[in-house]
Amino acid sequence: MLNPYVPYPVRIDDIEVATEDKSLKTFKFVFLNEGDEEKFAYHAGQFAELSVPGVGEIPIGIASSSVEKGFVKFTVFKAGVVTSHLHNMKKGDIMGIRGPMGNWYPWDLLEGKNILIVGGGFAFTTLRSSIVYMLEPENRSRFGNIDVVYGARTPGMLLYKDELVAWEKRDDINMHLTIDAPAEGWEYNVGFTPPITEEKAPQGDDDTYAIVCGPPIMIKFTLPVLEKLGYAHDHIIMSLENRMKCGFGMCGRCGIGKELVCKDGPVFTLDQINKTPKEY
Amino acid sequence: MTLVKIDKKQWAQGLEALQKAYRLFGPAQEKDYYSFKSLDTGEQPDLGFTNSRLSPKALLFPQSDTIIEFSLDENDEDHHIMKPVEKDNSPQAVLGVRPCDAKAVTLVNLNFDTPEYQDPYWVKALEATTFVGLACDEPRSTCFCTSTGCGPYNEEGLDVLLIDGEDHFLAKLLTDKGQALAEAAGWNTPVGDAAEIESRKEAAEAKITSAVEMDNLKNQDLMELHNASFWEDIAFACLNCGTCTYTCPTCWCFDLQDEVHGKSGTRMKNWDSCMFPLFTVHTTGHNPRGTKTQRVRQRFMHKLKYFVDKYDTGIMCVGCGRCVSQCPVNIDIRKVCNLMNSYNAAEVACAVNE
Repeated sequence: MLNPYVPYPVRIDDIEVATEDKSLKTFKFVFLNEGDEEKFAYHAGQFAELSVPGVGEIPIGIASSSVEKGFVKFTVFKAGVVTSHLHNMKKGDIMGIRGPMGNWYPWDLLEGKNILIVGGGFAFTTLRSSIVYMLEPENRSRFGNIDVVYGARTPGMLLYKDELVAWEKRDDINMHLTIDAPAEGWEYNVGFTPPITEEKAPQGDDDTYAIVCGPPIMIKFTLPVLEKLGYAHDHIIMSLENRMKCGFGMCGRCGIGKELVCKDGPVFTLDQINKTPKEY
Repeated sequence: MTLVKIDKKQWAQGLEALQKAYRLFGPAQEKDYYSFKSLDTGEQPDLGFTNSRLSPKALLFPQSDTIIEFSLDENDEDHHIMKPVEKDNSPQAVLGVRPCDAKAVTLVNLNFDTPEYQDPYWVKALEATTFVGLACDEPRSTCFCTSTGCGPYNEEGLDVLLIDGEDHFLAKLLTDKGQALAEAAGWNTPVGDAAEIESRKEAAEAKITSAVEMDNLKNQDLMELHNASFWEDIAFACLNCGTCTYTCPTCWCFDLQDEVHGKSGTRMKNWDSCMFPLFTVHTTGHNPRGTKTQRVRQRFMHKLKYFVDKYDTGIMCVGCGRCVSQCPVNIDIRKVCNLMNSYNAAEVACAVNE
């Protein structure tokens, strides 16, 4: 019997400071045991429990993509006990990962569709995973137009900047990067994510889906914009967060009605969310 | 099913034989209440109880259970590698389990043994356990098992059901595990006629006069119940003490915590409660169930609506009455269940408008 409480042992292979305020770091892990990487097979949109022995565990979205082999990546905001400890760990340290957990963005359903991605701040991790997945040469033809609206407070707060610049230059993805206020050397959009979405995003229709991840305030003002653009509630896909412990549906705390965010989610359509208590 | 008769003169002898094959547990009196304890050689379960203060669920799902261990000493080759703790899963038998608590095990099992994931600590402990039930002939005033799909002679979750006679027990051997236990104990005097049990069962059921209505819960709209007007009233006196969730035989929520002693550490699974604010609070300080009313609502909605909708096996309550009798402010799940069952959002809205 598999024991879902026991993490795969991993080594921290690399740590990168991800934002100018150093509040986010990207951790690259490699599995210690042969075969564990294969067992950890995941889809863009899933998360895992980062497990630090003696400190605790924390559920974090997987930022790497299934098409990237040999490692898994997580970008972690320094916020609580486990993430603060993690920020003080160093290359070569041993810890654990449990997962992958939860459902994922509905890639089968999204096949042949246009995709609009709206992201804000540091909620761009599983969106990065999704973009890398869709841009993989063998996958790109499976999807229609790809539009990405990504906003942060300042240029230095955007995650994965090198990749953003590279995607900006491609013609098979439409990037709409934005920052809150003008900054020197910034050549893209200026303004909050919702108005930039209104200005740049394609109209919603049966064949266009929106994936939205960001802070609550961004979500609050982006949803009316998407409605106005013609996105139906079952065409707006979101990823929820709640306090979690087990990550596989048993410990009971992340429930929103009869759904568990860890196991039945974290990915839900707005239509589904509207039918559950707002307890997230 | 086989029916055997156990002469009470052979009871102690049978238990002695069982001690050799099983780790035995049974009810024992402590101060003014009963609890399930490990029985030493020669120790008898005290069956003169109505029900224990806590259900025997802790024998499968301990209140605090060390599940993982690790070394933090970098001189150890396997430092920081988390390993499962080996458990004693040799056969254990629990004597004197009340039918409500046995049915509760089958409900908790729905959470811990799923097609996708299995909690190995629960599943292996359950596999190792034989439940010897004791039919209830003298229910408490707070018992309402007959209206929850259970009953004083209910057999779900049991391997053996004992019916207490004057100088003997009748034992229904319900499963292979139960047969094996009777064999190990040498209980093999066959009884042909089970008519006595039927009439005893009916008499016991008739003594349970307290009931809940649950026939309409499935039809109720989830969001209408969630937004119902009565939650403030129900939660008003609640202290969020968590007694209801700890005494409940069907509550399964737990926490995971690490503990370090020097250079070694463990990870534990501890009972948790939806009554506590920390159960759901985010690192940001945001709490999706930040008020006691939200938490009280969660407990009742989970047991009486979410569970009903998710599993279609009735409510997540067996009618043992523990939360009713032990709540310090007299919050009564029977009243809440009936309110939820009969709630009519349209009528309430009209009353407000008038």
